[in-house]
Amino acid sequence: MTKKEQSGPSAASPRPGAAELFVAFATIAACGFGGVLAWARHVIVKKRGWLSPEEFNEQFALCQVLPGGNILNFAVMYGCRCAGALGSLAAVLGLVGPPVILMIIAGILYRGSGDLPILHGVFASLAAAAAGLLIATAVQMVAASIKSRLRPGHILAAATFLAAGVLRLPLVWVMAVAAPVGVALAWWEQR
Amino acid sequence: MKDDGGIYVALIATFAMCSVIAVGGANSTVPEMHRQVVDVHAWMGDRTFSELYAIAQAAPGPNVVFTSLLGHYVAGVPGALVAIVAMCAPSCTIAYCAARLVDRFREARWRIVIQAGLVPVTIGLVASSALVVARAADHGIATVLITAASFALCYWTRIPPLLALVLAAALGLTGVV
Repeated sequence: MTKKEQSGPSAASPRPGAAELFVAFATIAACGFGGVLAWARHVIVKKRGWLSPEEFNEQFALCQVLPGGNILNFAVMYGCRCAGALGSLAAVLGLVGPPVILMIIAGILYRGSGDLPILHGVFASLAAAAAGLLIATAVQMVAASIKSRLRPGHILAAATFLAAGVLRLPLVWVMAVAAPVGVALAWWEQR
Repeated sequence: MKDDGGIYVALIATFAMCSVIAVGGANSTVPEMHRQVVDVHAWMGDRTFSELYAIAQAAPGPNVVFTSLLGHYVAGVPGALVAIVAMCAPSCTIAYCAARLVDRFREARWRIVIQAGLVPVTIGLVASSALVVARAADHGIATVLITAASFALCYWTRIPPLLALVLAAALGLTGVV
């Protein structure tokens, strides 16, 4: 990895080691309520100055076409560029490790709270509010895409919603059809 | 403990599959996770699923850690670890391989085409997630009203999402739900 200078960020960019990566991504995870991406940009670009905004966008673009969580992919790819396999591992462990410990504690508390009727109301309210947040996210995405006139992509989005949300078909089947169709449509539109 | 082994295998199969075919982040895989853990394996009911989802949303961290909360409910601490590793390892391996090749493909046209092509799919999946969670969480007038209020707050104001969850939890303490 050290030999392949051109495969990393530009020469001017600093190259954090595994320990620094772990701390940076743990910070991103700890601050990221809901939107982790905004914090990733803040920590990597503004606070630490490891990447320019353009470099950040460039690296993030590829993360969005790969499967899995976008920010997780970013941790793997950026970690790899800075410190090889160890860098990837450190960044992912920083991003996921502390929140998983938190989730285990939350899971233990949740299972132990079964006898307390008052908490039933709290959890039911939380769940209802979380549903509202997710609806808001979905509506924002739809609103952002619908500015243009009706395109085949809109029909594909509606068909995906019908298949996965309403009919509850297995995701494998939905993706096996929807992803190739989407890519074919994009290719046809950008000819 | 043959039975326990079966649970781990099922957890790994569920989340590894979600890991590989998810696009647009972990929120896109909520319908499939719900289908697997509630409908196929009957590890939990609708209500528990929606409450665990809410707890994960109220906690800091990337959305993928929701899988460790599901795994914990199903099979304790080992279940949590198995679930998060199954959810992360496949996609991280793919990303690692891509990182080794990225420079040659960074500006490639196929990347732009694939990215544009997946946008409608992601929108459809996130909308599906919203429908699945709302169906699981809303079982009365009170919960429907809370969902509507939380949507309105988030969509038309700039309040942080966490505040909507805190307000809802406070409302839950009063016993109206």
